[in-house]
Amino acid sequence: MAKVRVQQEDFDIGAEFAALSAGRTDIGGLGCFVGTVRETAKGRKIVSMTLEHYPAMTERALARIAAEAESRWPLLGCTLIHRVGTLLPGDNIVLVLAASAHRQAALDAAGFLIDWLKTRAPFWKKERFADGDETWVEARAEDDAAAAKWWAGPPSRAAASTG
Amino acid sequence: MNQPAPTVTRSAGLTVLYFAWLRERTGTAEEVVAPPVEVATVGALIDWLIRRSPGHATAFASRDTVRCAVNQDFADPETPVRPGDEVAFFPPVTGG
Repeated sequence: MAKVRVQQEDFDIGAEFAALSAGRTDIGGLGCFVGTVRETAKGRKIVSMTLEHYPAMTERALARIAAEAESRWPLLGCTLIHRVGTLLPGDNIVLVLAASAHRQAALDAAGFLIDWLKTRAPFWKKERFADGDETWVEARAEDDAAAAKWWAGPPSRAAASTG
Repeated sequence: MNQPAPTVTRSAGLTVLYFAWLRERTGTAEEVVAPPVEVATVGALIDWLIRRSPGHATAFASRDTVRCAVNQDFADPETPVRPGDEVAFFPPVTGG
């Protein structure tokens, strides 16, 4: 049911909304998250960002993340599209859509999907700065904490994984 | 009587993939290696790989920043590795 895609080209948010809801009248809400390339990183201007991934694993990892969301919320559809290659400030990076009969499930599932994607899908970002310097983006503890809050397990487990 | 030697050699090996700065530091994106049989876990494989080149040693210098997948599933140092497996090493993921 989930639509999962990895691609170099941009995605059309309106077209993806339309595809998810085409011919359906049971959907009451669509939750959406779009990640875009920010022009600054740690106070420095970037000129581009290059996304690398592990092709054999990526779509499987995304499908698994979508399946986890579908097991937690009564979703009527979800879409995960992630771009790879070299992107410029302002470009779209990732699209998450989650459809459900009611808004809370749609919004929560969209939040869950992006939080888990950030910590469980094999993508890596490299930023290129105006002076030609290039650095790999480091994983952030805040992202681990954001993902950990979705653990259904005991609080101690979430606390442990946030370090 | 002709033995398909190259095929046997390949299937007996482990395919090791490197991504992001692990690829840059090892200087390779993919290599097929044939470690001795006692190299049976991800952790033991790292111990063995770091002796391959100074680049490998640099790549694995701070192991707590290295993540791993075996046959496209996330793994840890205790995960078993067997001939024919695909083992990938990479930094913590930063997509989204």
